[in-house]
Amino acid sequence: MSAALESRTALWLLGLFSIGVYIFQFAPIAVVMLLSFNASRSGAFPMEGVSLQWYDKLFANDSILEAFQTSILLALGCSLMATILGVMAAIALVRYQFKSKNAVSTLISMPLLIPEVVLGVALLMFLKLIGVYRSFGMLLLGHTVLALPFVVLVVQARLVGLRQNFEEAALSLGANRLQTFREVTLPLISPAILGGFLFAVAISFDNITATLFWKKPGIETVPTKIFAMLRTSISPEINALGTVMIILTILLPLIGGYVVRRFSRGR
Amino acid sequence: MLSPALISLALFLVAPIIFVIIYSFWLRTAEGLDVPAFQFGNWIAVATDYYYWLGLYSTFQMSLITTIACAVIGYPTAYFLARIRFGNKALLLFLLFLPFWVSYIIRTMAWISVLGKTGAVNTVLIWLGLIDEPLKMLYNDFSVVMGLVYFLVPYMIINVYVSLDGIDRNLEASARTLGCSPWQTFREVTLPLSLPGLGAGCMLCFVLAAGSYVTPRLLGGPDTLFFPDLIYEAMISQLDWPTGSVLSVILLLSLGLLVAVYNRFMSVSDIYRSFAR
Repeated sequence: MSAALESRTALWLLGLFSIGVYIFQFAPIAVVMLLSFNASRSGAFPMEGVSLQWYDKLFANDSILEAFQTSILLALGCSLMATILGVMAAIALVRYQFKSKNAVSTLISMPLLIPEVVLGVALLMFLKLIGVYRSFGMLLLGHTVLALPFVVLVVQARLVGLRQNFEEAALSLGANRLQTFREVTLPLISPAILGGFLFAVAISFDNITATLFWKKPGIETVPTKIFAMLRTSISPEINALGTVMIILTILLPLIGGYVVRRFSRGR
Repeated sequence: MLSPALISLALFLVAPIIFVIIYSFWLRTAEGLDVPAFQFGNWIAVATDYYYWLGLYSTFQMSLITTIACAVIGYPTAYFLARIRFGNKALLLFLLFLPFWVSYIIRTMAWISVLGKTGAVNTVLIWLGLIDEPLKMLYNDFSVVMGLVYFLVPYMIINVYVSLDGIDRNLEASARTLGCSPWQTFREVTLPLSLPGLGAGCMLCFVLAAGSYVTPRLLGGPDTLFFPDLIYEAMISQLDWPTGSVLSVILLLSLGLLVAVYNRFMSVSDIYRSFAR
């Protein structure tokens, strides 16, 4: 009895500790959101009344809107490429048997463990060799490499969980490989493809370190724009921009999760 | 099916990294041109410069502190999440990863408003009357570690959680029936079985910490020395590519060695598995 009591107390203490960790994770974000409504010009405490003026200034700031445009274009472009490459690779890894499978898996996950700074340096140097300089194109290629492992992982996880019976049934009923893929496999993995795509969008939209190496001076994505603005001082406008980003980045996975669940339930 | 992805990776990942290694032996001429060569000048220049050794040491020291802090904070949380039977566990896990989705730069920047002179912590402490003068918490190694722990702790939690969640609960029950106290059960059964997850989490935290550029840059002070920052300075600010490539190879090799040693005892694929969750 006393042992049971002991472990219940322990669980309570752990619970309190975990609540502390949750607060630790949420509080800094809440601080940014709170300060974005501060009327004061300093961008810091104390709060001097509530105001939306920094949002007005934000939406009138052309360079920030330009950064958003660059970021969105980049994220969509590289995610499209990463999704096409990633889906094909995932299918090959799960559905076909070949000798060097482990080596291939390791290669595909490599961008996850190599420091981004090194990836940044490497691509920058190598592309200069073939005459490509820091540019949007370099960003597009680089972000594709960075996002690829995430697409493969998501689609692979879904394919592994999918029984092969459906595909075998289609094949035995006379469908050829392409038809089987189009009519059976593709619809079944489409939620995962969408999930992988959204994951890639999030990775690209959030990336800053490698982007600093690859971007042409003068072109800014949203993160590098914020980074540049922070070098001068922390203005209330940055807090407003931060709040917009927080809402966007939280909404994207929420919508993604909802769509994916909706899709999979429909089948 | 596989070849488009493999060709892209070979072209834009493997070849560039090999090229960095080759470039580190190239010769920078007096006119500032880098010409293909095989000489150790760049390597010797870096190896004999005390500043770079200090940078590497300081980076690894801060990354190690970060990793330990992540383990101490992350393990109990993961344990709690894996063991509760009440409440909506999926919701709790989801909530944990909500801040994780928020842009990295925003989460890092937030610490300026939390730790700064007129930041949240100082404001609250002064208001409570605990201190009279604001504490100096920002722009030093402390704030760098704080920022690193903040963004890395979810990686630790998910890795430990996955391995704790996979433990057969009957093993713990048997240990209890055989007379173990709850603490003994944890120490002798649960903890050893969750070591792969803890190991994977530590590995990931260390590698990501030692490779970060933005956090030390934004939250560090004038004395903060961080290796990726040295690489950026050499590559982008000074356009000294031979030195930059030597430094890149050093960072890659030292972290790669760590991963290799880890992989000898545990499998790197554990890490990827947790990503897929």
